[in-house]
Amino acid sequence: MPKDNSIKSILIVGSGPIVIGQACEFDYSGSQAARSLREEGIEVILINSNPATIMTDPMMADKVYLLPLTVESIEKILQENNIDAVLPTMGGQTALNLCKEVDELGIWEQYNCRMIGVDVAAINTAEDRELFRQLMVKIGIGTSPSRVANSILEGKEFAQEIGFPLVIRSSFTLGGSGGGFVHNKSELDEALKVGLEASPIHEVLVEKAVLGWKEFELELLRDKNDNVVIICTVENLDPMGVHTGDSITVAPAMTLSDTAFQDMRNKAILMMRSLGNFAGGCNVQFALNPETEELIAVEINPRVSRSSALASKATGYPIAKIAAKLAIGYSLDELKNQITQTTSAYFEPALDYVIVKIPRWNFDKFKGANDTLGLQMKSVGEVMAIGRSFNEAIQKACQSLENEAVGLGYYGKSLMKGADVVEYIKTPKWDRIFRIKDALMQGVTVKTIAQATGIDRWFLYQIQKLCTIETEIGKHTIDSLPEDLLKLAKRNGFGDEQISRILHGNCTDEDVYAKRKSLGITRVYKMVDTCAAEFEANTPYFYSTFEG
Amino acid sequence: MLATKSPAILLLSDGYVIKGFHYGKSGTSVGEICFNTGMTGYQEVFTDPSYTGQVVIMNNVHIGNYGTKETDVESASVKIKGLICRNFEEQYSRLQSKKNLNEYLIENNIVVIDGVDTRALVTHVRTKGAMNCIISSEIFDEETLTEELAKCPSMDGCELASTVSTAEEYELGDSSSNLKVAVLDFGIKKNILNCLVERGIHVRVHPAKTSFERLKAFSPNGYFISNGPGDPASMPYAVETIKSVLKENKPVFGICLGHQLLALANGIGTFKMHHGHRGLNHPVKNIITGQCEITTQNHGFGVNPKDITNNANVEITHINLNDNSIEGIRLKDKPAFSVQYHPEATPGPHDSRYLFDDFVSLMKN
Repeated sequence: MPKDNSIKSILIVGSGPIVIGQACEFDYSGSQAARSLREEGIEVILINSNPATIMTDPMMADKVYLLPLTVESIEKILQENNIDAVLPTMGGQTALNLCKEVDELGIWEQYNCRMIGVDVAAINTAEDRELFRQLMVKIGIGTSPSRVANSILEGKEFAQEIGFPLVIRSSFTLGGSGGGFVHNKSELDEALKVGLEASPIHEVLVEKAVLGWKEFELELLRDKNDNVVIICTVENLDPMGVHTGDSITVAPAMTLSDTAFQDMRNKAILMMRSLGNFAGGCNVQFALNPETEELIAVEINPRVSRSSALASKATGYPIAKIAAKLAIGYSLDELKNQITQTTSAYFEPALDYVIVKIPRWNFDKFKGANDTLGLQMKSVGEVMAIGRSFNEAIQKACQSLENEAVGLGYYGKSLMKGADVVEYIKTPKWDRIFRIKDALMQGVTVKTIAQATGIDRWFLYQIQKLCTIETEIGKHTIDSLPEDLLKLAKRNGFGDEQISRILHGNCTDEDVYAKRKSLGITRVYKMVDTCAAEFEANTPYFYSTFEG
Repeated sequence: MLATKSPAILLLSDGYVIKGFHYGKSGTSVGEICFNTGMTGYQEVFTDPSYTGQVVIMNNVHIGNYGTKETDVESASVKIKGLICRNFEEQYSRLQSKKNLNEYLIENNIVVIDGVDTRALVTHVRTKGAMNCIISSEIFDEETLTEELAKCPSMDGCELASTVSTAEEYELGDSSSNLKVAVLDFGIKKNILNCLVERGIHVRVHPAKTSFERLKAFSPNGYFISNGPGDPASMPYAVETIKSVLKENKPVFGICLGHQLLALANGIGTFKMHHGHRGLNHPVKNIITGQCEITTQNHGFGVNPKDITNNANVEITHINLNDNSIEGIRLKDKPAFSVQYHPEATPGPHDSRYLFDDFVSLMKN
């Protein structure tokens, strides 16, 4: 039995206004879901309070309600329409919280409308830090020592027990708001107060900080038959301590051995299967101790998220689209891979390229804002680049930031020297990656930078390669620049303008372009096809790179 | 200072040429070209005896990132004939690793060509099919390379299992265990043995050409037929042994080459695939339970589906969801079953390890 034919109409709940921590990714998932359900002949009714979205375009759904995301609005929609089911997982935490509230009031039941793609107990377990911790204990997965506090006093008692540094996480909030690090006793009262106030249920989790551990995210899909696949593994370049939304992230994971990865995969699957009974997407975050490869679970989100939007773009696997089909009863093995159109949707994408995501901050527009990155997300957007190496991808991402960055090479040239740069990069800030590159250019060792930042040495070695290439280019003029070096630079993501600025003497990006053109060093286009070229793809998309 | 890299060349038997850079041992190497789409576990792939005679393209673009570790191996040495990759990494970050991949491959006499447009090459192999190739860091003359390449035998009809099988019998696991398994080693992966031993089994591993009488002398509760390289159709000696084993009516479990041999012992033919399945993401459906598994695969030969449909005594248990190829069979009149994929994984997902439990249950009943 594939799809559940009793579902004829579905309500999709959007995520409301774009705020930091919850942006257009939910427009993307909502639109994909609407399209996916309509192609199954299901009537789609959509509510979102934000008209500046694609999902609220008249052609996306059968009926669009531009109403505040409140219980009253939902009730009005239910009165006016005969809705069989609601899909609350496409609109981020806002939609989930609203659907939960409606559920608690018994309204879904009153109108005979089922929640699909999620289960309320699962949302509660995922969002309530204490329930989450208990579940992890039950299934034997490690977590950081933590305890829930509903008052400043409770928080202080536990903090004394586990010591500093620690993390305060506020329950049921968006993008980590209300959360923060506490490095010593003097910061504790204030942090507890902020956290408790931010939580709609006046609850925080006091947790031992695992600063410096590596952070990974897995995107999973599960169907009603409990088949689970890992769509994408994302490695955070920034270690634990920086919100994933504010971290530079890389896919696939670059520094994981198969032993470490399979441990993570097994645990992620166990977590998802233990978390209620639902068919759809899920995101699991882990921290890995680089000294021991010990793994602890950080959190699980039983819905599509910012990361799943990224994972969809990164792999070609349309997570929201498939998640919507799973919610109406299909199993993964009944669906086709949307890119190849011939192979199965039950598979795990293989990548033959590297994805780098860099967040985009706008601190210049928020005068006086603290630009130190932490648990609370501060970026306003992100760029994603695809390359045939990490270096190519990170340089392309830098070029796409629409600030003055010309690759990783040039951005607000820092005048800081040696020890000052090392001191500066100890604190995660928006420009840390550029300052790391400055430090490497000045000859600071990878070891020192790794110690200062907690960033895995592999990434630093790669950036060091960029520095070596830059130094070499700097010895040349446009005329003396050797073909092999130019080729190497292009393969490492150096832009023509970037090369022209590094070269000796006057030359422009057009000169570099003309030179490489005459040498036949030109772009080739490669596919994002979900399968690393194993199968022919019918609807792939392309990225440019340099080969040969 | 920018290190200058020395050149290397790759030539396929259909004339396709790619130039790149050289890592690993200096020299020339020939073998059958194949590609692996896995994104982790390169060291396990390189040491898997089933890759004997093959030059492997790694589709994943960075290889070597986490170095090498003594325990992440499937056999005592590297078994691939050569390595083709896009970005070969000497610098690694894993604290548990003690050696970089380049040193490791030099010690194991493996020639590497780096800087290759692997995607274009994989697309070529996917389109044209499996063929022999040569990589070299010393011969650049295409005519000489072509001559050298011609000396390499085709994988079709090639018997390789006996070359990687153990020379001597050996035992593993608790010798007082009441569960004993006789293993026929055609190039067994270390983690298959681990999966058996972890389940309390006492195993004795036998050379490929061991007689049935010798296997039986161990008085095993069950028999295991291992994975391995080469063409199963070139191994009549093994097929004969398995036919005798089946007459015992004791539990039999086969993996990969072992699956193909079990098929041959039941009159089901095998064939050389266009370019095989190699990777960690192949979807398989268990049609008995309806559950799906993401599997590790490494095979260039398959069993003939028509022969199975015509054989009333053989039942299909697993199919590949991408191309509907046969992934698992069992006999109706005997406790014997086999799978084309690798339930022990390493590298790869552990979804299918339940098959080892099934084997144990069969022996206990």
